[in-house]
Amino acid sequence: MSAVTTSFPKTAAAWDLPSRGKVAMAGLIIAESAIFTIFVVAYLFYLGKSIAGPTPSEVLETPIFYTICLLSSSLTIHLAAKALERDYARLFLAFWLLTIALGGLFLYGTAQEWHRLIYDRGLTISTNLFGTTYYSLVGLHAFHVTAGLIMLSVAAIFGFAGRMGVSQSGRVAVLSMYWHFVDAVWVVVFTVVYVLGR
Amino acid sequence: MSSNAITIPGTQIETRPWVDELHQWLATVDHKRLGILYIVSALLFLAVGGVEALIIRIQLMHSHNNFVSPEVFNQMFTMHGTTMIFFVAMPILFGFANYLVPLMIGARDMAFPRLNAFSFWLSFLGGLLLYFSFLGGSGLYGAGSAPDVGWWSYAPLGARAFSPGHSSDYWTLALLVSGFGSIGTAINIIATILCLRCPGMKISRMPLLVWMNLVMAGMVLIAITPLSAAQIMLLIDRYLGGHFFDTQAGGSAVLWMHFFWIFGHPEVYVLIIPCFAFMSEIIPVFSRKPIFGYPVMVAATVCIAFVSMSVWAHHMFTIGMNSYANSFFTLTTMAVGVPTGIKIFNWIGTMWGGRIQFKTPMLFSIGFLFQFLIAGLTGIMMAASPFDWQLSLSYFVVAHFHYVIVGGILFALFAAFYYWYPKITGRMLSERLGKWHFWLFLIGFHLTFDVMHIPGLLGMPRRIYTYEPGRGWDNLNFIITVGAFIQALAILVFLANLVISYFKGARIGNDPWDAWTLEWSISSPPPAYNFATVPTVASRRPLWDLKHPEDPDSRYE
Repeated sequence: MSAVTTSFPKTAAAWDLPSRGKVAMAGLIIAESAIFTIFVVAYLFYLGKSIAGPTPSEVLETPIFYTICLLSSSLTIHLAAKALERDYARLFLAFWLLTIALGGLFLYGTAQEWHRLIYDRGLTISTNLFGTTYYSLVGLHAFHVTAGLIMLSVAAIFGFAGRMGVSQSGRVAVLSMYWHFVDAVWVVVFTVVYVLGR
Repeated sequence: MSSNAITIPGTQIETRPWVDELHQWLATVDHKRLGILYIVSALLFLAVGGVEALIIRIQLMHSHNNFVSPEVFNQMFTMHGTTMIFFVAMPILFGFANYLVPLMIGARDMAFPRLNAFSFWLSFLGGLLLYFSFLGGSGLYGAGSAPDVGWWSYAPLGARAFSPGHSSDYWTLALLVSGFGSIGTAINIIATILCLRCPGMKISRMPLLVWMNLVMAGMVLIAITPLSAAQIMLLIDRYLGGHFFDTQAGGSAVLWMHFFWIFGHPEVYVLIIPCFAFMSEIIPVFSRKPIFGYPVMVAATVCIAFVSMSVWAHHMFTIGMNSYANSFFTLTTMAVGVPTGIKIFNWIGTMWGGRIQFKTPMLFSIGFLFQFLIAGLTGIMMAASPFDWQLSLSYFVVAHFHYVIVGGILFALFAAFYYWYPKITGRMLSERLGKWHFWLFLIGFHLTFDVMHIPGLLGMPRRIYTYEPGRGWDNLNFIITVGAFIQALAILVFLANLVISYFKGARIGNDPWDAWTLEWSISSPPPAYNFATVPTVASRRPLWDLKHPEDPDSRYE
């Protein structure tokens, strides 16, 4: 946008448009929210409609520790983005890696839980309606965490290469919007699956 | 504005080797070229979907016809519906949005040119994937088959037990892939409009086409995604043994209907709002008056977008909802008629007292106004749930929604073609062929779709491959088929006009219609960089200000 505003100095002060990256990410978040809404509706609609067991109350355990991990990663990514805005590259990298670690820990928690459900409890996606809706909803979220972690890791590689400075803070802010969204979705999924669903 | 004379001579482009030219088109990220790619690919699919419609009509021409087998007939109406909605209407409207939105807001390109190219190729390859089902539907056992369960793919018809082989998978994947393309384009349109407007182009000064495409893109984000989610669920059912829509395991077939129509009804407005956009640009120019009630038009568009999100279950009155749901969806559906009516009055108000020029774009626009009104009225009829119980799944419904899609959307699209073709190619479409096209298509359209209401009222169900003689349907169906062929003839005239005028059409300057929006200020076709200097805008009609410095619009804002 700088090119546009500089070629029109008389309107430069008055002409300020939003950043395209943030607008686009907001659009993506709206679209993704609609997708998640449909999966949440399906989960709630099918609660207690399974013909055969196991039921949610029999097999689900509340993943409090891993939830704390994921939610606190929102704080660390925010601190990382703020650090980059002030051009503290090393501090940024530290918080950034902490975010990746917390996200990775959350994914490990999901993997643990799925392993326990599949091998100990015999619940797979085709066992009953609960299995179908549970693995779809939690899996869709885990897929978004994975996608986020890949993008965070790419940014971390650039950070190690010394390429992350204040000039990249706009892009990092867009990425952190996505990560906050993934965390917010988990609040909904957690409430639906582990609180209301049992 | 003085440097608008900069043009790239056409001869320079023609001397490049054709492989080079092809590569330029395949690898392009230019919004104008991608717009043209969208439009041309949609026209190809229009021809295919049109042939499928003709096959349907030949089969139904008289009772006990054996032109195609019942299986092929099912494939034809499934493919016709899917093709026309997802691979003709959506891409062609995205194509116009791609081409026009950056030009109208004074931008160099879309906000994300590469995402733009990615979205186009997703949509286009989605269409090819759908058509590959003719070859690969049965899993390459030799005899292929296309999806044949209707464009709704109602559960449990889409399940493995009822759709063995891969025909439903091609349908699902094609729609999923093109759906992601649509979401990418919608995000791009929103980011372009919000972030790339030229100085002075306040949100209250944007051309109505830009406004309405913004609303359309917002709707795509919310309306297409439920379909994507439902397609993912269907894939889980088909491939991982899930039970979302498996009634034997407690799943619900009705839930699929809800998910499909939460997408399906807003989709109609995703398609019609860009057509409202064309009307809102074309009618003022050919009435020589500014649009009547600009703020109300914007408010009505946003209102339609909101209300249309809560009308979906009017497609499901016959499945047995409770009386509260029936009343709710009857009322919301009728409520959509209010903002839509406001729009129609505004267009008439624009024409009122204007010096109307009956050029081809205006003819199609007037056709749109009449036919869209009638389509809306039959829609209000069926919004009343007791009436719908009688006529749901009959040819009355088929007549109604074709009245919207052909009489409304397609007429508006033709108007847009005749209006913007000179900008895109630098040559005018032939007025004489245009008049032939208009009158032939108008006659064919009314012969087909006016008459089609009657067998519906007489009880002819949709999707039947043949019918018994002696029910009084034969003559009506024959007339409908004759009308379909007249429409096909008119489309041929149109395609011929597109091709002939590209080579022989009158060369025309920047602004053949004496219009007021920014795209007419640059050369036709526009240079790759669009605007040599970034324009500054002081009113809703920047070119009026430029042409009439003694009485600019900006004085009254």
